[in-house]
Amino acid sequence: MFDAPAYIESAYLVSAILFVLGIRRLGSPATARSGNAIAAVGMLIAIVATLLNKEIVTYWTIGIGIAVGAILGGLLARTIRMTAMPQMVASFNGLGGGASALIAIGEFLRLSDLGGGISVETLLTIAFGSLVGVVTLFGSLVAVGKLQGFVQDRPVIYPLQKSLNLLIFLAIVALAGYLVAADASLPVLVAILLLATLLGVLLVLPIGGADMPVVLSLLNSFSGVAAAAAGFVLDNTVLIISGALVGAAGLILTRIMSKAMNRSLANIFFGAVGAVAAGARPGTSDDKVARSVTADEAAIVLGFARSVIFVPGYGLAVAQAQYGVAELAAALRARGATVRYAIHPVAGRMPGHMNVLLAEAKVPYDELYDLDEVNPEFARADVAVVIGANDVTNPDARNMTDSPLYGMPILDVDQAASVIIIKRSLSPGFAGVDNPLFYLPKTMMFFSDARKAVTELVAVVKEME
Amino acid sequence: MAGELIFALWLFVLAIFVGFEVITKVPPLLHTPLMSGANAISGITLVGAVLVGGGAVASSSSILGLVAVAMATMNVVGGFLVTDRMLRMFKRSAEDRS
Repeated sequence: MFDAPAYIESAYLVSAILFVLGIRRLGSPATARSGNAIAAVGMLIAIVATLLNKEIVTYWTIGIGIAVGAILGGLLARTIRMTAMPQMVASFNGLGGGASALIAIGEFLRLSDLGGGISVETLLTIAFGSLVGVVTLFGSLVAVGKLQGFVQDRPVIYPLQKSLNLLIFLAIVALAGYLVAADASLPVLVAILLLATLLGVLLVLPIGGADMPVVLSLLNSFSGVAAAAAGFVLDNTVLIISGALVGAAGLILTRIMSKAMNRSLANIFFGAVGAVAAGARPGTSDDKVARSVTADEAAIVLGFARSVIFVPGYGLAVAQAQYGVAELAAALRARGATVRYAIHPVAGRMPGHMNVLLAEAKVPYDELYDLDEVNPEFARADVAVVIGANDVTNPDARNMTDSPLYGMPILDVDQAASVIIIKRSLSPGFAGVDNPLFYLPKTMMFFSDARKAVTELVAVVKEME
Repeated sequence: MAGELIFALWLFVLAIFVGFEVITKVPPLLHTPLMSGANAISGITLVGAVLVGGGAVASSSSILGLVAVAMATMNVVGGFLVTDRMLRMFKRSAEDRS
């Protein structure tokens, strides 16, 4: 354990206050940037204060570590594409979790080398810190793999999924008990680490691509808990407080995301995420006819609309169509139309992802409306344009009790006077079910790649008188 | 010793409550920056990495510390910078089309 002198503890207190103030300011668009800066200052204070600790003797290794990390982190932050933000945040969650695990392991090795035994409390915190940190690291790695497409994106189901995970967890608890009570040796800790690695992989592997916002939120929370666990190991106040704050933030986002997908938090914790997507089969569409339209027909409907609502989904980002949509919106506005964007809470692959992608395309944020704000507006809209979204517009979620989407809050696109859907085909979304919206008499299907379609629409609308 | 762990748990639990109180009303617009900003804060584990890496007597734990320092620094620096980059992009329409 490291005993910090009073001036360092005071500096930590200042850091903790700055983190709380910073996070609070992140809650409003007007103050968010300063909030982030305030939190960064808090971080700087905590690190400088730590470097003043007299127990630190080898500065050169720290210098190398900080230099390498700062260069890599800085480069990544400047060059990463906004579509890849989920991967970046997932990687960083993993890095934080991994670092916390290494701290627990390093402290174990240090105390072992000192001899004289390690206290029960410290061993408990070391086992807990290693477990949370390693689960966060490997869970995040699998998540990054899925987001990048290295790992199967669809849910990977294996037999006895819940029982196996529970069994691994219980084995870890048993080993931790053995470590604390009987044998505080490295092999026991290594066994815990290996099982935690397995648990991290198996927890995230079964989860499908559509559930990524939930997984990322949860891993975000884990990375905070891992930092707090490292704080328990080292008896470090600022680690515990900041870790708890991040843990809370991640948990709140997890709850918001699971509500937006109509899944209980318990349901997610016990590993049922993605099971729905695997069990569902595409509905039959033989008896239903979708009306296909050309770019000209769609553009004329748009050109004469007084009120247009765009409904962007992840497909929009994949096709890199957000810039074209912004251009189309500008052209329609020039013709006197009101243009809004309706953003479902789980649009994109992390919480709020779609907002960032549209902000990058220079769409002002006061044109972005969330579910509760925009749903009453659909009934008053002349046209709703759905681009790359599917399940979040499925009317079956409202009243078809046997639909896997039943109960999920949706955007009321079917209330608009007419609907244009830009999509490559009638194929189902992540949930694997047919969307009755496609077959409504007022719906026009514009079968095309999103980016190409939007470019064509812009060209036609601009030509209109 | 047991007292210290209990005190640590006190801090942890109370800080979680503070977090819930402070964060609950974040609009969906800011969910991504909140997450990446919070993520940068979780890089506070750098403090622990510095203590383990710099205070080590054994070489094995100082190597682990060095790796942990690099990982946590990447998390901190990258996290705060990318959050700022995103927040710079958020503009009101008044500023764009005055």
